[in-house]
Amino acid sequence: MTDAAELRRRTQEFLAANPPARTDPLDFLRARFDAGLAWVHFPEGLGGLGSPRSLQAVVDAELEAAAAPDNDPRRIGIGLGMAAPTILQYGTQEQKRRFLRPLWTGEEVWCQLFSEPGAGSDLAALGTRAVREGDTWVVNGQKVWTSSAHLARWAILIARTDPDVPKHQGITYFVCDMTDPGVDVRPLRQITGEAEFNEVFLTDVRIPDAHRLGGIGDGWRVAQTTLNNERVAIGGMRLPREGGMIGPVARTWRERPDLRTHDLHQRLLGLWVEAEVARLTGERLRQQLVAGQPGPEGSGMKLAFARLNQEISGLEVELLGEEGLLYGDWTMRRPEHVDFTGRDAGYRYLRSKGNSIEGGTSEVLLNIVAERVLGLPAEPRTDKDVAWKDLAR
Amino acid sequence: MSTQPDLLYSEEEQALRAAVRDLLTDHCGAPDVIARGESDTPHDAELWKLLTDGMGLAGLLVPEDQGGQGASHREVAVILEELGRAVAPVPYLTSAVVATEALLACDGSAELLTRLASGRTVGAVAVALHLAPGAAFPVVRLDDGRLHGELTGIADAQAADVLLVPADDGGLYAVEAGAVTVVPQVSLDLTRPVARVLFQGAAGQRVGDAEPAVRRALRAAAGLLASEQLGLADRSLAETVRYLKERKQFNRPVGGFQALKHRLARLWLEVVHLRAAARGAADALATGEDVDVSVAVAQAYAAPVAVRAAEEALQLHGGIGMTWEHPAHLYLKRAKADSLAYGAAGAHRAALAELVDLQAP
Repeated sequence: MTDAAELRRRTQEFLAANPPARTDPLDFLRARFDAGLAWVHFPEGLGGLGSPRSLQAVVDAELEAAAAPDNDPRRIGIGLGMAAPTILQYGTQEQKRRFLRPLWTGEEVWCQLFSEPGAGSDLAALGTRAVREGDTWVVNGQKVWTSSAHLARWAILIARTDPDVPKHQGITYFVCDMTDPGVDVRPLRQITGEAEFNEVFLTDVRIPDAHRLGGIGDGWRVAQTTLNNERVAIGGMRLPREGGMIGPVARTWRERPDLRTHDLHQRLLGLWVEAEVARLTGERLRQQLVAGQPGPEGSGMKLAFARLNQEISGLEVELLGEEGLLYGDWTMRRPEHVDFTGRDAGYRYLRSKGNSIEGGTSEVLLNIVAERVLGLPAEPRTDKDVAWKDLAR
Repeated sequence: MSTQPDLLYSEEEQALRAAVRDLLTDHCGAPDVIARGESDTPHDAELWKLLTDGMGLAGLLVPEDQGGQGASHREVAVILEELGRAVAPVPYLTSAVVATEALLACDGSAELLTRLASGRTVGAVAVALHLAPGAAFPVVRLDDGRLHGELTGIADAQAADVLLVPADDGGLYAVEAGAVTVVPQVSLDLTRPVARVLFQGAAGQRVGDAEPAVRRALRAAAGLLASEQLGLADRSLAETVRYLKERKQFNRPVGGFQALKHRLARLWLEVVHLRAAARGAADALATGEDVDVSVAVAQAYAAPVAVRAAEEALQLHGGIGMTWEHPAHLYLKRAKADSLAYGAAGAHRAALAELVDLQAP
């Protein structure tokens, strides 16, 4: 345990020993991990100091002031946000030591092999099979919507290991080596023209049993850790006023009086208010987390941002008039990370359509809020007590 | 913006909330509020005495050396959340917030401020309830030191002992209720009735300038009204969720149907957002930072959410929601009246257009 003053002192000592200007960036990041300053809430020896998560801000502020190299969190977001907490909770000591440091430094990029063409919102229906052969699992199937698969060294993977039990029980969680010859990554081009995601075909991929995370058949429970962290990652950011998608629209409004109409003015003001209130809500959630009072509010943040981003970007295209009829560039490209607010209005409009689908559709999230927050009765289920192999597909 | 508003509730604020909620649970039941609304005494004087004499809540905004508690808008906001939850028929917003804030902007009013802080005197600013903070307001004629004329739409005038009246010389005058004629108007919201006030040569004491006093009073009112709307919306949602878990149709609890679950989940999300907006306005009023934008944002957001919460409660309660005996109508009437009070959402959006430089065409 360390307090803020102690952490600040440690960080300054570390900076003195590893001056950012004269240290190779990768060496700096490795040393930072080894000093426990990577994610202070992780245990000692695994990049942390067992401190409260909120104290990370103290370290980050010192490092930022010293212009220290960062680990490009956007590029390695899946590893940081989803793989790491899952490995920490369910991994063996050997797995933690092998995977966490290169994951954090960015030497190894991770991706997430969860969704399938037939299993999106109903993720537990997945059909990718893993069959045991001695100390190895042989995996066959197809995954989809895999961001960073073309860059990734490792993947977190869930696969069906027992088709004879109900669908939530027969799943096992693995770490998959993306360099295995049976892994075939193909770009999946989207409505924006670019290929941010991939399809991943798995043909006789051989995963050693040592790369299993958690117990056989326990994969659904392990995956909940990953998915809960995914939603936390979407909630907790800190934005200034006009820091989100409303910013570019407001700037265009100010700079281009020729585009203004009364109808657009009313709609813009309404959305500006909603964006500001959503920002305050995110800030309130962050303050709750820092104060150690996490509430259920986080489960709603993604819903709100998805709807708002879609409405604001839709308005923006309209506001631009003649320019709104144009699109920046349809050339197929492969971005290293997702940039919701980057590029032009047409891109923002099209890309925001994914906000209410990815990471849990808005419809499914509304069910979750209704059932877990408000305590309303669950949907009637017809699949819970039926063996996976007997479900209609 | 370097600093962020404190959007949480402190432990003291939560303790205050619990005390007020307990009191309202015991002394502000819906059947009584419904019956009182039709009577000649729509305000609950006993409840007012418990809140003010008993708990000292009328003087929260008044400094201690003037007989108040020296608390802030943050605590007042918590009180208003609870009063909103109970649609309590007491002149708290109009006297302990609006009249008090008006006097705080004046010099010659120390004695009256102390009286309001004790709660033994109820004050009301004689400006129509629907007016936004920056709006022009009607005044009465000052003639030979006497006030003449008529003002309408004055909230809680019936309960007031003293009216703070803007006159055509630019002054704000304190007028004892006995010197004027208060004619109750039939109000949409029975729990916050409005009235006409007739001035026929009434004597008044000038306490300060009307313009800054009214502007300050209405701005605080608009900002804190969002907390009343939050309490109202939160209670409407909670009661509706409770009812839909019990009520069965088609051999299932009605709350299990997805069409209704999604409506309630969306409403919950809006209430969560309203809480952040209302806390933002209360904190801004308390610190004095970013007040105009925070108040306008809160009011532009709050009214539609509170109205929708009350409307959804009515619809989802089905036939029982349409009856006089069920309290859903109290909430709907208050929510709709609140949506006009201290400026409608459109007025606050228009104010924002100036404040954040999003000019009209």
